[in-house]
Formats: sequence, structure tokens, C-alpha cells
Amino acid sequence: MRTIEAGAITEAISRLFKQASYELGEDVLAALKKAKKDEESPLGREVIDTILKNARIAAEEKIPLCQDCGVAVVFLELGQDVHIVGGELYAAVNEGVRRAYQEGYLRKSVVSRPFSERENTGDNTPAVIHTDIVSGDKLKIAVMPKGGGAENMTRLGMLLPASGRRGVVDFVVNAVREAWSNPCPPVIVGVGIGGTAEKAMVLAKHALIRKVGEPSPDKEDADLEKEILQKVNNLGIGPMGYGGRITALAVHVESFPAHITALPVAVNLQCHSARHREIVL
Amino acid sequence: MRVSPHKKYMAKKVTLPLTEKTLAELKAGDNLLLSGVLYVARDAAHRRMTETLDRGEPLPFDIKGQTLYYMGPSPAPPGRIIGSAGPTTSTRMDSYTPRLLAAGLKGIIGKGVRSKEVKDAMKKYKAVYLAAIGGTGALISKSIIKSEIVAYPDLGPEAVLWLEVKDFPVTVINDIHGGDLYVEGKALYKR
Repeated sequence: MRTIEAGAITEAISRLFKQASYELGEDVLAALKKAKKDEESPLGREVIDTILKNARIAAEEKIPLCQDCGVAVVFLELGQDVHIVGGELYAAVNEGVRRAYQEGYLRKSVVSRPFSERENTGDNTPAVIHTDIVSGDKLKIAVMPKGGGAENMTRLGMLLPASGRRGVVDFVVNAVREAWSNPCPPVIVGVGIGGTAEKAMVLAKHALIRKVGEPSPDKEDADLEKEILQKVNNLGIGPMGYGGRITALAVHVESFPAHITALPVAVNLQCHSARHREIVL
Repeated sequence: MRVSPHKKYMAKKVTLPLTEKTLAELKAGDNLLLSGVLYVARDAAHRRMTETLDRGEPLPFDIKGQTLYYMGPSPAPPGRIIGSAGPTTSTRMDSYTPRLLAAGLKGIIGKGVRSKEVKDAMKKYKAVYLAAIGGTGALISKSIIKSEIVAYPDLGPEAVLWLEVKDFPVTVINDIHGGDLYVEGKALYKR
């Protein structure tokens, strides 16, 4: 048994959200630089160049990369031999979010009563928290400020098992086609396949915290990623939808066993401002 | 068509508010650097402006000939005029837009596709749709040299703002001649 102070979790969450909001990760910067080389459209190259310039300014001046500092999404992998002391886990996470958004001059974009009053909660809480209990005595925290533009283009399909691999490819490519310029391409396409409806959706979101462009460790999933990426980049949408070759920087697939009657497919898009950070406590 | 795989895109300097002459010259795919005055409004402000027009009352600012920017900034840190200040998705304003175009709005800055109703109204009232690059709010904030609240301060980050901008970078998506960069650009690079 190992103890972790709730205060240390709050501090880590606060630091990670600020850092994610000001600085694009090395993986994202490398993917954008490669995209700039591969893009055939001059206007598209200019867009990517502007995105890189923006990243430099945001990091140097510590202001948000994007004014949409998102919903605070947090993935926790909690070792079963960890004992958290000095406070409740989710309260510690939310306190970290509150501090980051207030101290960091991040935009608070969360409203309560979403279908009626839509009143801003004032501190960007509550965070959306996904927790896995795993073996060991560590706590892994991954944070993702998730903007609205790309999130609103999410799709869930309960496909017929007979539609198979082809059906999955078509569904994902079509989701990106329909999203068009709205999710701020070049995007990262998160795909969750299998499980139940909500499991597929969490897989699609979880796929987005993987290092951009790192292939799935599962060979079949990795092959699917390659095929979908090529098809998506043949759509012609291009950076910010101005036309071009690079509509997506990467496709990340995660899969899970499903019911004999089911083939759930979830698509969760990440804009080019792919903000995510992680730490192991 | 201006969208060409070989063309080098030089930005044109344009003064706001847009004149009839400028509006006629702009073509889908043009890069512009805007200088002058912009008004900022997004979801909640659009709903209020529409309710105001429904009651037959005047808008809180004269929209005739003006340009609207769909944006909700992050808070300004000490010593800055504004925080991160990039565009938000225009689609959410579609249902309100034809009404404002009829009232004399000539330019819109946002990002993302517009409905057929909005495009038809832009053609009818000879207005242009311009896009700023989403997710580049830190860079865009550098071209904003003044910011003041002109209406609905109770809406917080959704209040209507008056901005003075210098060399504010945008790309023409829909011109008054029927050009549409989203449609033409995609067609050119589709395989």
C-alpha cells in the first residue's frame, strides 16, 4: 500500500491543464511539421504555418493556444494498492481544474442545466473523469482540455455485424466528410470499436490521448488506422477546410469485444490544437 | 476560380468597414489583412439581438455596413488588451444570420460551413463570409489593438464587443459572386 496526498493530485491537475492550454506537445508539433511538408496546397501550408506560429506565441507568452479552453476531460489509472489521503479523489481533481482555469486565465466554458438555463459554473468544473482501476501502486493522470467545435462533430453508429471492416471504414470516413471544416482540421480521428455504445465512445476519446501518430499496438487496429487515414486524406478537405491533402494528422483506433448482435463504432474528433498532457504519481 | 495549387497567396490589406467597391473585388480564397472596426457577438448575443428586432426595437449598435466576428475570448491576463481570441464555429449562428444580413450586415468572420439559407441571404444582400484560422487565438489576439464592451455586459464572455484591429488575418470563404472556398478547395484536392 502506498499513500498519495489529495493535494498532490490537485497540484498535478492544475499544472497539467495550464501547460496543455499554453503548449502543444512535441508529438503534435512534429505531426504538424510533417504535415506542412506533405501538404500540396499552398493555402493549406500557410494555414499549418500559422498554427505553428500560434503555438510559439502561446508557449512564449503563456496565453491559451485557443480561446476555447474546453471541457476538462481527465483519465485516471488508479493502482489498486494506492490509498488516497487528505481528501476525496474527484474533489481533488475538480479543485485542480478550478485552480488551473482561474489562475491560468483560461476560459470557463461549462454551463449547468444544459437544456434550459445554461448558467456558467464559473470555474470550468465539473471535470469529466474516467477512472480505471489497475494493478500496482501508482496513479496515472492524463488531462485533455477538449474544445467544443470538434466534440460537436462526434458520431456513434451501431452497425450491423455483417457490414464488417468495410462498414467501419465507411462510417468513420463519412463522419469526417460530414464534419468538413467545422472541427478545425487537420484533425486527429479517435475511433472506438466494439463494447457497448458508451464503451465505444470512451474508447474513441481515450484513443485521442495516445501520442499523435503512434500506431496501435494491435496489428489489425494499426492496419485499419492506416487505411482510414489514407481515405480521410483523400477527401480533399485540407487544413481548416480550405482544400488540401492533410485533413487528418492521424487516426487512432481502440477496440474491444462486442455482443454477438453488435458492431458499435464511435468517432470522436480532436482539432489540430490537440492539447493533452500526462503524469504518473 | 482563385483556388489554385500553384498560386502563391499574398495577403491583401483591407480597411473596415467594407465598402461596396471592396466587397465586389473580394474573391473566395483571397487572404486579407483587415484593419479598422469589428463587432463581436456569439450565441447568446445573437439570441438577444433577434429578440430586440422581434420587438421592433433598434439593435444596441448600428449594424449597417458593419462586420461581425464570432468569438468569445479567454480572460485578458494583466497587461493585455484581450486573451486568446480566435473564431468559434459559425454554424451555431446560422438561424439568426439572415435576419442580421437583412438589417445591413456586410461581413462575417467565423469558421466552418454555413447553411444554404445563410449563403442565399449573403448573395441576396451582397455580404461576404470570411474565416479566421480556428485554434490560433494567441496569434490573432496580437492584431487586436482595442476592445470595449458595447452591449449586454451581463453575458460575460458572450457580451457584444467593439474591437479595433490592425492586420487581422482572414481568408475569404464566400464572396458576393457565388464563390465558395470550402466547396472549391475540397473539389480541387479530392481523390
